[in-house]
Amino acid sequence: MIGLAHFLTVAAMVFAIGLYGLLTKRTVVGILMSIELMLNAVNINLIAFSRFITPDVLTGQVFVIFTIAVAAAEVAIGLAMVFRVYRDRNTVHAARLNEMRW
Amino acid sequence: MNEWAYTAAFFIFAAVTVASAVGVVTKNDLVHSSLLLALCFVGVSGLYVLLQADFLAAVQLLVYNGAIAIVFVLGTMLTRRSIRHGTNHSEADAPSRLIGLISGLFVAVTLGVIATTPWNYSSAGAVQDTPAVLGRLILTDYMIAMEVAAVLLLAAMIGAIVLAKGVDEE
Repeated sequence: MIGLAHFLTVAAMVFAIGLYGLLTKRTVVGILMSIELMLNAVNINLIAFSRFITPDVLTGQVFVIFTIAVAAAEVAIGLAMVFRVYRDRNTVHAARLNEMRW
Repeated sequence: MNEWAYTAAFFIFAAVTVASAVGVVTKNDLVHSSLLLALCFVGVSGLYVLLQADFLAAVQLLVYNGAIAIVFVLGTMLTRRSIRHGTNHSEADAPSRLIGLISGLFVAVTLGVIATTPWNYSSAGAVQDTPAVLGRLILTDYMIAMEVAAVLLLAAMIGAIVLAKGVDEE
């Protein structure tokens, strides 16, 4: 019998993998991908709670719609900034982007 | 039989999701990472179907796979210098063992919390016609949040265009 705990376990694993990638990746694009993984883990959690705890109201699913909207905005802005930084500095390595002005 | 099929589907989608997520953070090539990220989104969408969130499964496929994963692939191709060497290496001096330990500890603590929390399960059936109910909720109870999200998306679109294309600075 697959219950809430199974889905929460998968979400926790995906979140931890995203956390690992966020802290170890070298390029900004890789860090953005890890953030996407973490957001997806949160979405799984929200939908699982919505399904098993309050199946008759869809509050969790509405939350997920807004999370997806914010994630899409974040990726658009993040990658636009990556393009800009790459054009100006010729690198996307997070460790080398260490000054506010140049 | 139905129960058995549900269990099998859950474990298949969960395995696809977790395995491709591991691939995203371990592959050394950003294109491989992007495509594995798309596979991970497909697995998550399968989990949504199992949770009877059919509309959100479709949104997941359309937005994440159709837009975000493709934008990542484009971003990868536009920002790498040569095809030969890896583009998504891990930070050389990052304490990856320590970070792995912290991530594992996070999973362990979360599993402990999941196991010890007394969940207040509801026996009510899931909502069947989710798009209609979601649409009604978004346009009544969550209308202000929806308007704010719309403004956010518009601002993000304009900001992305300005950032990527540049403005004429007098």
